[in-house]
Amino acid sequence: MSAVVLEAKGLAKRYGDAVAVAGIDLSVHEREVIGLLGPNGAGKTTTILMLLGLTEATEGSVTILGKDPLRQPLAVKREVGYLPDAVGFYDQMTGRENLAYTARLAGMSRELAKERIAAALARVRLTEAADKPVATYSRGMRQRLGIAELLMRDCKVAILDEPTSGLDPQSTQELLELILELSQGGMTILLSSHMLDVVQSICSRVALFNKGRIGFFGTVEELAERIGRGSFLIDVEADGIDLAQILQGENGITSVVDSGPGIWQVEAVSDVRPTLARRIVEAGGNLKNMNLRRARLDEAYNRYFREFANAA
Amino acid sequence: MRREGSPFTGVGTVALKEAADHMTSARMHLIMLLVLLTAIGSVYGAIDRIRDTTAEDPHLFLKLFTVAREPLPSFAAFLGFLLPLVAIALGFDAINGEFNRRTLSRLLAQPIYRDAVLFGKFLGGLLVIAIALLTLWLMMVGLGIMFLGLPPSAADIVRGVAWLAVTLAYAGVWLALAIAFSTVVRSPATSALAALSVWLVLTVFWSMIAPLVAGIIAPIDPFDPMSIVNRFEWQQLIARFSPQTLYGEVTGLLLDPQARSVGPVFAHQLRGAVVGAPLPTTQSLLIVWPQIVSLVAAMLILFTLTYVVFQRQEVRA
Repeated sequence: MSAVVLEAKGLAKRYGDAVAVAGIDLSVHEREVIGLLGPNGAGKTTTILMLLGLTEATEGSVTILGKDPLRQPLAVKREVGYLPDAVGFYDQMTGRENLAYTARLAGMSRELAKERIAAALARVRLTEAADKPVATYSRGMRQRLGIAELLMRDCKVAILDEPTSGLDPQSTQELLELILELSQGGMTILLSSHMLDVVQSICSRVALFNKGRIGFFGTVEELAERIGRGSFLIDVEADGIDLAQILQGENGITSVVDSGPGIWQVEAVSDVRPTLARRIVEAGGNLKNMNLRRARLDEAYNRYFREFANAA
Repeated sequence: MRREGSPFTGVGTVALKEAADHMTSARMHLIMLLVLLTAIGSVYGAIDRIRDTTAEDPHLFLKLFTVAREPLPSFAAFLGFLLPLVAIALGFDAINGEFNRRTLSRLLAQPIYRDAVLFGKFLGGLLVIAIALLTLWLMMVGLGIMFLGLPPSAADIVRGVAWLAVTLAYAGVWLALAIAFSTVVRSPATSALAALSVWLVLTVFWSMIAPLVAGIIAPIDPFDPMSIVNRFEWQQLIARFSPQTLYGEVTGLLLDPQARSVGPVFAHQLRGAVVGAPLPTTQSLLIVWPQIVSLVAAMLILFTLTYVVFQRQEVRA
């Protein structure tokens, strides 16, 4: 296995009585793309800020590239890039000037900065808009400018907070491709999102956040195994019966949802089609159609969070 | 826990960027236009008056700054009134502006400390004010030479430059106040209003409040003449909480070599004194040294408070 670049142990953050993050452990290897997933308020952004040392953790420790972000913040920030949620730039300055400012803050020489900025802008396809004020940029362009900043600074680790929120599907796709390119270029990437289906294609592993804890941490396949399987969805079309009533008390059936006149969606732990057919016929109904499908990952994911919310 | 690396990494970059922003902003252009117009007006009035009345004054040059012709105030009085406005205009959205533009978290993720952001903002604003003040000062001197046909003496220049430095410290107090509000208050409009109210209270109403409060603390006893002095001293103490009072006292002493004291003077203290004889520059400076130190201290205290608040602030939007 490749080297561990980021490690968090027992990380917790409390604001008075309110718990934002309740002790998480996270270990990220080189060149991985990690998705931090969860609903709003699950503690993703707080975790990110603690990883960067921008907020002090109440408990626990973080090591990035072998350094402590609270003790050696400059060394950490030199190698770790951060793209905040809804990133802001100085509106009156052009895209190029904004990048030049951060290059100066990073202590880059003028020639090196000029060269790197041009290269970074070209890679995110902003060369044409580079000398227009950022006020004229669309949301997608601002996000791409943010990515250009990470490219220009040549970070080893990039942490992106909700990079795709508020983008149209095409811009989202473009941005995801850019992120994938960054990863192929050797960058380790953490990105947060509340949409699994958006980021599942590029993440090597995902961490599901809920109420300040990580409920699951593993590959997308493992996630599917854990929350997607074991759940069979059967669409039933039949006449002359009330399916919900017939199936009451039947083993192995989790739920029956009425989804239109004579149409039901049955959820079960196994393939119960023979039982269903027998029941419907015995009750004197006309069975028209029965269709089995496995739950899609994003459906399962959404259900996972609903169950969490209900359990609490 | 010790942090590594210098807290001043990036201060210069932030300060220069801020200064450049101020120099090109419409806000700054407007307020400098206002200052410039009023300055020219007051100097013109002063020159006119100097020609009429005090042609034989040995410190004619310093009179340029202090002599006024109705209805215009003197240049010094006018700076005391308008400079806070300039400083507030430069500082009221220093931190919360970054926050609202959502640039603060990105800025703090750069390899610099928070110290650099705050310090850079303050230095940038002060740099712009210094440039503006120096320009104004040179303009005044130039106009004076042109219209009075009289070059300033070395002593006049020394006094003038010392006064300029104190003026900068005075502006720094207001800049620190504006930045303090911009750190504590999230909305730029509210922070501007808060800073302006403090300015209004301290420059306009404070001179009315001071005697009132002094009268309550130390009432005058008609049978005890010392109680009058006592009351006056209280009044002066309270009045000096306003930076404008301090600045006014420094101006009075530095720009008028004949002035001897900022407080009450008793008859026996004047025995043997040559009335109207000028004080050496260093003596004038010594008399108002406490005022100068107070101005610098006020600036530092406000800045330190801001610093403490800013270091503990959450950066998330």
